[in-house]
Amino acid sequence: MSESHTSGTSTEPGPVVKTTPEEGGTEHHHPSDREYIKIAIILAVITAVEVVLYYVEDALGGLVVPSLIILSLAKFVLVVLWFMHLRFDSRLFRRFFVAGLLLATFVYLIVLTTFGVWTR
Amino acid sequence: MATISAPTDAQGSHHEVEPGHPPTSTGLSNEKVAMWAFLGSECLLFGALISVYLLYKGQSPGNTITPEDVYDIPFTSVSTFVLLMSSLTMVLSLAAIQRGDHRRMRIWVLTTALLGATFVAGQVYEFTVFIREGLTISTNLFGSSFYVLTGFHGAHVTLGLLMLLSLYVLSLKGRLPTERAETVELVGLYWHFVDIVWIVIFTLIYLIP
Repeated sequence: MSESHTSGTSTEPGPVVKTTPEEGGTEHHHPSDREYIKIAIILAVITAVEVVLYYVEDALGGLVVPSLIILSLAKFVLVVLWFMHLRFDSRLFRRFFVAGLLLATFVYLIVLTTFGVWTR
Repeated sequence: MATISAPTDAQGSHHEVEPGHPPTSTGLSNEKVAMWAFLGSECLLFGALISVYLLYKGQSPGNTITPEDVYDIPFTSVSTFVLLMSSLTMVLSLAAIQRGDHRRMRIWVLTTALLGATFVAGQVYEFTVFIREGLTISTNLFGSSFYVLTGFHGAHVTLGLLMLLSLYVLSLKGRLPTERAETVELVGLYWHFVDIVWIVIFTLIYLIP
């Protein structure tokens, strides 16, 4: 096994990832290390904003809950698309994950609605 | 019997499956397809646990401990930040092995494991504080649903830690060549998944009043 000992953070594009034409893919690159770091900074900033929103709940009133959910959703999507590479990988992976996610969302929304969680 | 071959592009080259991997009917790695299917099913598990928490929220008797009594938001925010950053180091380790930089891959994997261990240690500390304040799994509905949800997540993180340490040892022994970068990717997918589950837990369980 050959071992590489390069130093510093790579700014070169990541490795080429190909998906089949049947999957609607074309040749493309995974993000570079610098892009990953940018995403991580955005995630950290969103988390900080979430915590601030928690503390100013009284001032913002009804806006806090929707804002927190939107920010959380943004973090979720950023991690899935960039760190888990769903943005770049085959659509089949996306279908598997989104199927589970949507099934869980709909099933448990129905359960919670049935038990009247939103009207308490 | 018809034989199955991997789909090819215009140049006739196979896609997705790694060198040495037998052809698959989808042209994609079976292991990666299985991991995504597994993660899709995990959404149902954590969906159930989060739903149970929401269902029981505010249903405990008035004279028992409530979330507002025990949650330490600054502490949990730091834990959340630590887990988010572990996702960054995980993806950097994957990028490193895909470049053939094994030394850096090991550094990032070890950093990820350390950040993950910090998160788990924080969770153990949080549980200890809560129990000292009188909230156990059998105190009330809040305690039961909270410990089951966060405990399951903590168990997933712990399992991920074991996988990360296995990657480190395999790499040290030279049994994780660049051709097997997909192994790191699979562990990474699992690790990122526990991160996104925590993103949801942090907002729905800790931050939303």
